[in-house]
Amino acid sequence: MSSIILQNIDKAYGKNAPVIENLNLEIKDKSFTVLLGPSGCGKSTILRMIAGLEAQTSGTILFDDEDMTNVPPENRDIAFVFQNYALYPTMTVRGNIEFGLKNRKIPKAEIAARVEEVCSLLDISEYLNRKPQNLSGGQRQRVALARAMVKKPDIFLMDEPLSNLDAKLRNQIRTDLIALHKRLNTTFVYVTHDQVEAMSMATDIVLLNKGKVMQMSSPAEMYKQPRNVFSAKFIGTPAMNVISSGKSNISVPQGCAYVGFRPENVMLEKKNNDDFCISCDVASTEMLGAETVIKALSGDEIIFMRAFTSACRPEGRQNFYVERANLCYFNEQEERIYE
Amino acid sequence: MSTKDLTAVRRGVGIRPKTSARSAINITKKVVTGFLYAIGIIFLLLVFLVPVYWMVLTAVESANQVVQNPPLFWVSAPQWDNFVKAFESIDFWHYTKNSLIVTFSVMILQFITVIPAAYAFARYRFKGKKILFSITLLTMMLPAQLTFLPVYLMFARLKLINNIMTLILPFGASGFGIFMLRQSFMQIPEEILEAARLDKASEFTIIRRIMLPMALPTIAMLALFTFITTWNDYYWPLVMTTTDEVQTLPVGITGLQNIEVGITQHYVMAGNILMILPVVIVFLIAQKQIIKAFTYTGEK
Ligand SMILES: Nc1ncnc2c1ncn2[C@@H]1O[C@H](COP(=O)(O)OP(=O)(O)OP(=O)(O)O)[C@@H](O)[C@H]1O
Ligand SMILES: [Mg+2]
Repeated sequence: MSSIILQNIDKAYGKNAPVIENLNLEIKDKSFTVLLGPSGCGKSTILRMIAGLEAQTSGTILFDDEDMTNVPPENRDIAFVFQNYALYPTMTVRGNIEFGLKNRKIPKAEIAARVEEVCSLLDISEYLNRKPQNLSGGQRQRVALARAMVKKPDIFLMDEPLSNLDAKLRNQIRTDLIALHKRLNTTFVYVTHDQVEAMSMATDIVLLNKGKVMQMSSPAEMYKQPRNVFSAKFIGTPAMNVISSGKSNISVPQGCAYVGFRPENVMLEKKNNDDFCISCDVASTEMLGAETVIKALSGDEIIFMRAFTSACRPEGRQNFYVERANLCYFNEQEERIYE
Repeated sequence: MSTKDLTAVRRGVGIRPKTSARSAINITKKVVTGFLYAIGIIFLLLVFLVPVYWMVLTAVESANQVVQNPPLFWVSAPQWDNFVKAFESIDFWHYTKNSLIVTFSVMILQFITVIPAAYAFARYRFKGKKILFSITLLTMMLPAQLTFLPVYLMFARLKLINNIMTLILPFGASGFGIFMLRQSFMQIPEEILEAARLDKASEFTIIRRIMLPMALPTIAMLALFTFITTWNDYYWPLVMTTTDEVQTLPVGITGLQNIEVGITQHYVMAGNILMILPVVIVFLIAQKQIIKAFTYTGEK
């Protein structure tokens, strides 16, 4: 049972400029929260501060109402899964999984039972006597997860645990992680720079940029209601089209500087009289199986369209239409504004 | 240039015309370099192996054969008795015992001093660390001859000359060992140590269960290195000891020179072979670990 609350967190490494300034964040109990953001935005730093592996420069971290500032990492009831797994190379898989339990002086019988349980859950019982270097990437990943799970922590912290795996395995473990979260019913905090990973697993996404929270919401809301241009452009493949509103044929709200719309909301034919319309030149058409992605240019702006029929093959100069309801407006500061 | 050409150039392949004359030249080139390479290796082998061969050969010659001119390169009836004679003429067991005591004491002392020092240099931040480490490195650069006299005088004042301690204490620490082991400790990824910390391992457990096992190839290499240098050391025991009681094998073996009037080289050589035998055996056992120490790059 743990929610994680970060209050007014500042973090600077040594005498360098601060990486994180005045961060406030609440990670809900039992949520699967994903910290998402571009490389270098401070995701790992935040995760490591929650773990206690890195001390915040100022501010408070609470687990429920308990101040964690002076609690060393080993007493925080967390488990950490590292990007490169960080398995102990000189120990067998069993040794790796047991290590934390042995150090906690848990009775032998219980250790055996717990190891048995996680190994059958993660399907690694066959490898118990092997050394990590004799395992494949996916197997190592499972061992790293097992080592975390066996401690039965309140909070799982994972730093890009899937980034070393190939796409297929990543998909599979992603599904496994969702199931695992349901089953364990604990708090997961997961770091990634891959928005697809975030969208598919998270119950809550914290979108970060340069150490600041850009938006925190459920994946669906993040997708439908981006709160700023950064969110709009970070989520979705291809991301939301955001173009300057000067080109608009329709009236926009006061102060609007940019208009955004999702590629899948682009139509080739007008539906209503007040549809947003932009004319552009089709540059390329990519058939991706179920969908077709069309890239078009309007002046120096690139606009993507997604169509779910392979029959859609526009060419040359085209008018793209978007229904008003599917438009997002942003002001000069790239913040969302409403009609 | 196209990108393809660029990659070709980058690979050092160049854009090679496909004429047979060109490939013939290439083949000749290969043969010539291969030949030179072989000659180089043979030369090196000769440099290293001829003395060993000479030692073995001399060890099984008779007194007359030893001084024969021109020298022999092969003996048809080896005198194995030389070994027996060498072994029985001096108190071989006694010297071996001294050598073992000295060698293993030095090794144990080095473990006790080198491991904590290397660990501190690798993982702690403390005042004066840089200077202390520089001094440690400096001890590697100083030639042993430079320290002989002061150390001798020091031991003389302590009345420790001709005491087995003089053969052990000066070698109880090793700058080289500290340096090598520190490198090896520093190569261990930080995440592994953090993982261990999160697994509630105490610092001592982390050293014992994770750092030392991961540095094992280096430790084995250092142990072997110390074993060989201490076991074979001749000059220091010669200077520091005066009586049989505390002398080690290399010094003891020189006694074989005087077991007979006249030619004794063959006995000395036989004694030498008996002396280096343990070193060779230990080396063969530890070979795999040593090679690992030089190729080990940590786990990904
Ligand atoms: N130990 C450190 N010392 C100094 N600066 C650091 C240290 N660790 C991280 N930083 C800096 O802090 C910033 C945030 O780093 P962090 O590792 O948290 O980014 P990240 O979001 O996890 O990025 P990535 O997706 O590439 O892992 C970066 O600019 C980085 O250079
Ligand atoms: Mg990171």
